[in-house]
Amino acid sequence: MTRITMTVDGVSYTDDVENRTLLVQYLREQLGKTGTVVGCDTTNCGACTVHLDGRSVKSCTVLAVQADGHEVRTVEGLATDGELAPIQQAFHDCHALQCGFCTPGMMMQSLDLLAENPDPTDEEIREGLEGNMCRCTGYQNIVKAVRQAAGTGAQS
Amino acid sequence: MTAVDETTTAPAAEIGSPRKRKEDQRLITGRTRYTDNITLPGMLHLGMVRSPLAHATITGIHTDDAKASPGVVAVYTGADLAAAHGSLPNAWPVTPDQKAPEHHAVAVDRVAFAGEIVAVVVARSPREARDATELVEVDYDDLEPVLDLEAAAAGPPYAHPDLGTNESATWIFDSAEAGTGSDVEAAIDQARGDGVVIERTYRQQRLIPAFMEPRSTVVDPTSEQITMWSATQVPHILRLMLALTCNISESKLRVIAPDVGGGFGGKLQVTPEEVTTLLVANRLGKPVKYTETRSESLVAGHHGRDQVQRLTLSATKEGIVTGLKVDLLANMGAYLGLVTSGVPVLGAFMYNSIYKFPAYRFTCHNIFTNLTWTDAYRGAGRPEATFAIERLMDDLAAELQMDPIELRRKNWIRHEEFPFTTVAGLEYDSGNYEAATDKALELFGYDELRSEQQRRRESNDPVQLGIGTSTFTEMCGLAPSRVLGSLAYGAGGWENAQVRMLPSGKVEVVTGASAHGQGHETAWSQIVADRLGVAFEDVEVLHGDTQVSVKGLDTYGSRSLSVGGIAVVKAADKVIEKARHVAAHLMEASEDDLEFSGGRFSVKGTDKGMAIGEIALAVFAAHNLPDGMEPTLDSDATYDPVNFSFPHGTHLAAMEVDTETGAVKLRKYVCVDDVGIVVNPLIVEGQVHGGLVQGIAQALFEEAVYDDQGTLVTGSFVDYLVPSAADVPDFITDRTETPSTTNPLGVKGVGEAGTIASTPAIVNGVLDAIRHLGVQDLTMPCTPSRVWQALQSREQGEPASVQPTNPEQTSGNLNSSGVISPEQGPRTEGGAS
Repeated sequence: MTRITMTVDGVSYTDDVENRTLLVQYLREQLGKTGTVVGCDTTNCGACTVHLDGRSVKSCTVLAVQADGHEVRTVEGLATDGELAPIQQAFHDCHALQCGFCTPGMMMQSLDLLAENPDPTDEEIREGLEGNMCRCTGYQNIVKAVRQAAGTGAQS
Repeated sequence: MTAVDETTTAPAAEIGSPRKRKEDQRLITGRTRYTDNITLPGMLHLGMVRSPLAHATITGIHTDDAKASPGVVAVYTGADLAAAHGSLPNAWPVTPDQKAPEHHAVAVDRVAFAGEIVAVVVARSPREARDATELVEVDYDDLEPVLDLEAAAAGPPYAHPDLGTNESATWIFDSAEAGTGSDVEAAIDQARGDGVVIERTYRQQRLIPAFMEPRSTVVDPTSEQITMWSATQVPHILRLMLALTCNISESKLRVIAPDVGGGFGGKLQVTPEEVTTLLVANRLGKPVKYTETRSESLVAGHHGRDQVQRLTLSATKEGIVTGLKVDLLANMGAYLGLVTSGVPVLGAFMYNSIYKFPAYRFTCHNIFTNLTWTDAYRGAGRPEATFAIERLMDDLAAELQMDPIELRRKNWIRHEEFPFTTVAGLEYDSGNYEAATDKALELFGYDELRSEQQRRRESNDPVQLGIGTSTFTEMCGLAPSRVLGSLAYGAGGWENAQVRMLPSGKVEVVTGASAHGQGHETAWSQIVADRLGVAFEDVEVLHGDTQVSVKGLDTYGSRSLSVGGIAVVKAADKVIEKARHVAAHLMEASEDDLEFSGGRFSVKGTDKGMAIGEIALAVFAAHNLPDGMEPTLDSDATYDPVNFSFPHGTHLAAMEVDTETGAVKLRKYVCVDDVGIVVNPLIVEGQVHGGLVQGIAQALFEEAVYDDQGTLVTGSFVDYLVPSAADVPDFITDRTETPSTTNPLGVKGVGEAGTIASTPAIVNGVLDAIRHLGVQDLTMPCTPSRVWQALQSREQGEPASVQPTNPEQTSGNLNSSGVISPEQGPRTEGGAS
């Protein structure tokens, strides 16, 4: 067991974890941050995407101990004081989700791509989301939502 | 199947409105309750030991090391659990003599596919459970695996030696015998003399539903009543089937489908994992959870499609179709799941599609192999049928050198001919193929694209352009119970709803349909808001819990709106009638003098009136009710549809094929769907988008590939190519609205339409691009490597098609060493972005 300390969605946590514990397991099982979900075991689907020090990572491919001393942000930290973040509002407005399982990861990745490229073309959006799979929407409304969010300066 | 006389009269405020979804709030903020999120005190976790072999006898299982592993509570084998349950259910014995092997949740003495569970480890954490599965040693004696569908049909060897055959059932429909048409052999003979006969064999590759949320089940046995949470489409069916299979009283079992992350038919099942979790929880008296990994999901969740379609179409030289004969081999895989055997039968009525065939015969052979069992996957039988007929129509058009749209016009049912009884015996209630097609052609720019195609052919452009057409219809809204009965399905097709008027004036709606992404909470709120004249926001919709929604038949077959939504309408109408009785009493008026509009009863010719909310409060108080009236407005309705619903549409795909590399690009896709009256256009468009991509994925990307030992090669998302955003374009979608005449909302199903229609449009488009180069056929998925090979074969003077004849060739994207080649798909090549 290793003692780790990290900030998740603005709150500092210190815990003992098995070295092999994945970040997503730590978030879900120890912190109860079940908003972040697991969709695969090969880092393909992106459902577990969170931010580590402001950049997107697939939390199934980061060990909890690697996040020691760092800052993590999940879907649960997007809304502030009950106000939806622009990316959340955009996903809602554009019907960019159906079952919602990919949505947390999809939004976190969208924010990352907008941080890098605040005014992406549709093609750049599609390429930027290539590592996040959705089986319901056919992606069209997700692209539309990211475009809407770009217009509102949603990169943070 | 007669038309009903009810129609929506008042102008609808909510129906037709693109309401943003009520469901979204929890889903976009992470306040979700997927089954794997559930943790209970003292909960134990399961790890499954799965067979690596496709077919073998189990001669020994050694569990001591696993039992000694840290955190392990118990290890069970099939022998330990077999007595506690009966064979897993198949609800659709398609013939009286259907053969099926015993299906244990955990294999007892023989495994019949790679991935079958052979032992179960119970531990205090999921990781300890998984660790210990590695310590269970199983001794196997290899048996010869049956892997190839066509070879299996000829058998032996047999996938289940005790059955003495690989054929589970043969199911036949013949229009001459049924009295719905004439003799197909006569039609074909005639055409061989003076017409055209198109004979083809198409391969429906094996697909994996690949819902995003892996399946998960939690069972809490720590009270008088057992509670199961499961990632299922069918909580009601699951409860009934578990009660029957595990000999538990239905009343002692509550099944909850909490947030469910997609299904697409893949969660329409009673799984070995669900049964095992229930049995272990019961045995240990502790809450137990099992969540599969994605690898387990791909290998052990049921697969879809996997058919060989032998087809004969006859026509006159003028292009009038005269007969259609379908001879199917349908791969059941190793077992018959809930509706495995019925999937091809669901397609049987759809091969004739929108065309006026006078003669039709359908024969299906359901065949066992030692592969993962198949069952419903989005469309279930109907995509296969639509693919076959739409490809045949394009092939016939090519044979006759006729425009494929023109050929279809000559043969389809004209709008003034509805209702139309087809050669398969169905009565299509309504449709307008002309209108949808005209609109699609215009949006597509059909004539310009044909001109461009001609220019590219003439200039010998290395990138050729093809136009694919699919004018589909389908039968959905499953289903009239008497029809299901005639097809030997084990249950009915009704749906239940309850509408409760709360004293606050708000409305609680309970539906037996079980949403897993479809947006029932929003759409049902719109329906009830219109019907009762209450605010959209004042309607709450409950579903997915057998304790709350006590009666239902769940969600599949594009049935929720056209069956479940109508049950909601019927229940709401009963509420209004009860309220009318009270309103008349309270306002001292005759019921005949009351008008109900905008949520208010008013007395004709006066200014007296009462809102339905006021009446609800008065009924709750019950101080002054009509004599003998029960103090409630709450109502329920169980609605059995009088007919299927028949959405249709015209889909057009412009495909670019690079003849030098085989790369295929979907350049433009237009679809005009007619799904009747639309409750929420935002939701309908979303269903179409997602459906299109799943159908396109069958055409271009996805295939479950096995090696020659029966091991799933595409066992992770690295190899099973679910398209990403970069692999597909934006679509141009539009609609025509021809109301259904068999339900009071005029609605038709939409959930499967996009998937059913798009696959043939894409493949027809690819072929249209290179047919003039001598390529007559392509096997799906049309990967760059397959397209390139087809073009090369043509240049070398070989038959210009790539048809698999054995498993290795079926996995045509494997090189000789069995390693996935980079040509397999777009993600590595960027071939179809």
